[in-house]
Amino acid sequence: MQNDPANCSLPHDAEPLPPRLSRRFFMQSAGGVTAALGVGCVAPVGGLAPPSSDESAARSVQLDINGAAHRLQVEPRTTLLDALRDHLGLVGTKKGCDRGQCGACTVLRDGRRVNSCLTLAVMAEGSKITTIEGLGSPQSLHPMQAAFLHHDGFQCGYCTPGQICSAVALLSEVQAGHASAVTPDVRVAHPVLTDDEIRERMSGNICRCGAYPKIVAAVRQVATGAAS
Amino acid sequence: MNQVAYHRATSTEDAIGSLRQPGSVLVAGGTNLLDLMKAGVAAPQRLVDVSRLPMAEIAPTSAGGLRIGALVRNADAANHPLVRQKYPLLSQALLAGASPQLRNMATMGGNLMQRTRCYYFYDTAYTACNKREPGSGCAARGGYNRIHAILGASEQCIATNPSDMSVALLALSASVRVAGLEGERVIPLADFHRLPGDHPERDTTLAAGELITAIELPPSRFTEHAHYLKLRDRASYAFALVSVAVGLDMGSGIVQDAALALGGVAHKPWRMPLAERALIGQPLSEGSAAHAADVLLAHAVDQGHNGFKIELARRSIQRALLNAAGGQA
Repeated sequence: MQNDPANCSLPHDAEPLPPRLSRRFFMQSAGGVTAALGVGCVAPVGGLAPPSSDESAARSVQLDINGAAHRLQVEPRTTLLDALRDHLGLVGTKKGCDRGQCGACTVLRDGRRVNSCLTLAVMAEGSKITTIEGLGSPQSLHPMQAAFLHHDGFQCGYCTPGQICSAVALLSEVQAGHASAVTPDVRVAHPVLTDDEIRERMSGNICRCGAYPKIVAAVRQVATGAAS
Repeated sequence: MNQVAYHRATSTEDAIGSLRQPGSVLVAGGTNLLDLMKAGVAAPQRLVDVSRLPMAEIAPTSAGGLRIGALVRNADAANHPLVRQKYPLLSQALLAGASPQLRNMATMGGNLMQRTRCYYFYDTAYTACNKREPGSGCAARGGYNRIHAILGASEQCIATNPSDMSVALLALSASVRVAGLEGERVIPLADFHRLPGDHPERDTTLAAGELITAIELPPSRFTEHAHYLKLRDRASYAFALVSVAVGLDMGSGIVQDAALALGGVAHKPWRMPLAERALIGQPLSEGSAAHAADVLLAHAVDQGHNGFKIELARRSIQRALLNAAGGQA
């Protein structure tokens, strides 16, 4: 089969693969196949030197997303944000600036808020990721989602999934006693969550509509409810 | 982003060895590097992921100080009980930087390595940038330069170091432990970052193939009187125009010891022992604070649009000193 044009295909068209060719082996060899196209297609065969491991090639990465295990095929340069949106169709997480400046892409990685636009999917392997889709459902809202609705904590809604993920993490940080830049004395173990503290702790999420007062109200409501 | 190869380092030795392959760079938090790659400013061929190496511990040293692993996340360092109690200045500076999300990602070693936010460096549409392309010129000189350096600049570069953390580390006389092919060495923080001189492309004195393993803090007496003051264009989540890290050791109302460092004003965090000595042996007053500011800023230069930073720095130094003396931590 090694000169059969029927087997000449680029990686994008490579599914399904012949059973005796592993996807990984095929992908690693595809560069050679492409280069050889001008002189007739040569498929990899056993007995030749083993292919050098191609560290740029797409690879299989396992992520736990909203409680379900997903195995995806991603290139090293694929961000977690693009993996979520483009590979898995989880488009609740939004792409705003794509540069870590707006917070629209905020998700929880092992319970901590991170910018998924500056996280490579390969580097997140093995992590537990929670997106807005995993926090609640229309039938069963997360308390923070309900509070955003109640207080009208949005206008266009584009930044809202990131705002809510960020606010949920804020609550666990407060419970853990974390300080912030406006904490009067960082030596005090459990700072009081004033509105100033909420504003500072939500400063990684930009809202172009300016719904900030209502976002603060929503966070305050859930925070005080959790404390009572 | 351009295609890039990826290797997950299995050990410190593997990481150091991996750097020998041309075009390889280390990545941990990725918050600055990925941003630079998206901007086309950095174009590594291969990422060596060190984020899973066992360097994420904070532990007291036998000398009575603290050792913070290079891979400790900024948020974890800022909130560690020993940092908050014994080095509140470091905690404050870390919390003044970036956003909660970024602090959860960025590492201590990565923060030391972050690059300037000079707009001419970051925007590849400007072809003149000696830091990005040695020999190409400097668009900031003669350009719009209100965020640029007032101290220590060179003909080749007037960029500033963007880190808040490093300013506090300098005031705390920290040092950086690094590992390379030839073993370990310790670099005082004051010698870690460089002035631009004729080689603005080099931010630090880290040698090729070296890896930061930890930041070490000596014992500190600046626990009661420590203050990090950061002035920026908005209330939060912006880089400093000017920042001041102050640590004072006060006894009977007299300054026994003082540390005073500036951020946002130079290619490296700025500290002058002469300014500190001017504070010691007397009560902290508006007069002594103003004198210390004069000493620190004696050689400050207005590049065209950043002259306001000289006065801003002067007032910030005075306020930070008075706040610290008042016991704000």
